[in-house]
Amino acid sequence: MRKLINWRPAKGALAALGCAPFVLVLIAYMVASQARLEVNPNDKMLPAFASFSAAITRVAIEPDRRTGERLLWVDTAASLRRLGLAIAISAVIGLTLGMALGALPIAGASLSPLVAGVSLIPPLAILPILFIVVGLGELSKVVLICIGITPVITRDIEQRVREIPRELIVKAQTLGASTWQIMLRVVLPQALPRLVSALRLGLCSAWLFLIAAEAIAAESGLGYRIFLVRRYLAMDVILPYVLWITAVAYLTDYVLGWISRRAFRWHFLGQLQ
Amino acid sequence: MCSVGFRGARFAGTSWGNYSSVAFLELTNVWQEYPDQVVLERLNLMLEAGEFCVVVGASGCGKSTFLRLLLGEERPSRGRVILDGKPLRDEPDAARGVVFQRYSVFPHLTALANVLVALEFKQAPLTARLFGRTRYAATKRAQAMLEAVGLGAAAARYPCELSGGMQQRLALAQALIAEPRVLLLDEPFGALDPGSRADMHVLVRDLWRRHGLTVVMVTHDLKEGFSLGTRLLVFDKVRHDPQAPNAYGSRVTYDLKLRTNPLTPMTHANRAAALRLASIVPGHAAPG
Repeated sequence: MRKLINWRPAKGALAALGCAPFVLVLIAYMVASQARLEVNPNDKMLPAFASFSAAITRVAIEPDRRTGERLLWVDTAASLRRLGLAIAISAVIGLTLGMALGALPIAGASLSPLVAGVSLIPPLAILPILFIVVGLGELSKVVLICIGITPVITRDIEQRVREIPRELIVKAQTLGASTWQIMLRVVLPQALPRLVSALRLGLCSAWLFLIAAEAIAAESGLGYRIFLVRRYLAMDVILPYVLWITAVAYLTDYVLGWISRRAFRWHFLGQLQ
Repeated sequence: MCSVGFRGARFAGTSWGNYSSVAFLELTNVWQEYPDQVVLERLNLMLEAGEFCVVVGASGCGKSTFLRLLLGEERPSRGRVILDGKPLRDEPDAARGVVFQRYSVFPHLTALANVLVALEFKQAPLTARLFGRTRYAATKRAQAMLEAVGLGAAAARYPCELSGGMQQRLALAQALIAEPRVLLLDEPFGALDPGSRADMHVLVRDLWRRHGLTVVMVTHDLKEGFSLGTRLLVFDKVRHDPQAPNAYGSRVTYDLKLRTNPLTPMTHANRAAALRLASIVPGHAAPG
């Protein structure tokens, strides 16, 4: 009898083992849903799959009776616009600031404590301030996400830049490089792979802040919709929305990972060793 | 290779045969002290253009500090350093090229781009990138340089795809294309296996001779020093205080002119000195 720690799944069994939990969850849901619906056919807690497909048709395929829009797509576009804008702004600020803090001792000494302090503020706690200062419009949601993820990205980039061996910075200087040139050709390319991985991690919290902000004040958006239909206990809409949000989040993460592996081949080659 | 001009080259003709009296690199009463220890004391040294000066010594003797001093990473606490008639700048610049034991090449650039980037730094202050015809010309120079160190076929590979010896060749090519007045080597072959180390010795000696370089190399391998250098400096502490081992710094205890031409073998007298030295400097085998 081999020890449990040495049991490895066979290659063919790998996919089956990975799928099994999903199938089990699905079966559990179906059984529970069936049981509840038998007791009360109007139960809204665990809708049958037929209700799901009806709800999906209603929000994704047929135009809304009131506005004439296909809600799921309108919501997705609104959410992704906010998310994309916020991510882009955070990436630019985080990269620039992080590079400066990590590479320039003067900037690091004067600004690092501030960034560290700001990153400790729970972003949702300042949401009321944002609503007061910038209003309830699009800006407040974008700013909330930015405030939430920029300090994290900044500190991540700063850390990465500090890890660049001193030898490389000296070497660049002996090749005649100025500070600006070193930033451009040595620090920036070495920080970019970390920026992508920081963004991938940041996306998790970005979705959190987005949905929170949309839940409180918005007129469209994925978070807005699920909090809106919550009043009617419309699980048949909420659950597909949640799955859809998960799928979109997974897809963005996958695309970022793919871009990163293509664009920074040297980085991943180096990691293999 | 004719396209690659070297400022050091103008000394090439005069420097080997008869050491001229012009000091190229001059250290006058240089001390390097830290709050809790003295690393170097009373260093007086004159290096001439075209010399291949090897610095050896036990670990902790201050030979790396000496190199950082020449590199401008550290400022001497006393004394002055003159390079080519001007005081040495106290930050690294293009006057001094360097090859470290590790991390000498940029991991995010291919071999060719690693050499090219030196020309881009020089010719494009704002973008640090070249385009069009200037890029083509610079690429040709970089490729020629790569071929000179035997990396012509590896131009498109990233450093992590190269062996340790090839990475050091690349580092040399990169340093040389910037045309430094003095080339500093900080244990450049320390991490290599004996085979590639021997290859590198041949390459370095060849580059030094062809480009008339002035080289300062730090190594802990005495044998390497004897086989490569025209001049050998041994750093060691002269004064010892058992109660305070850091109270006194190192000085140059031996200063041997090994040969005037790189191709001539060591003289009989030098060989004798080498053997004597090997018995004095701990941890070193006698040179062959």
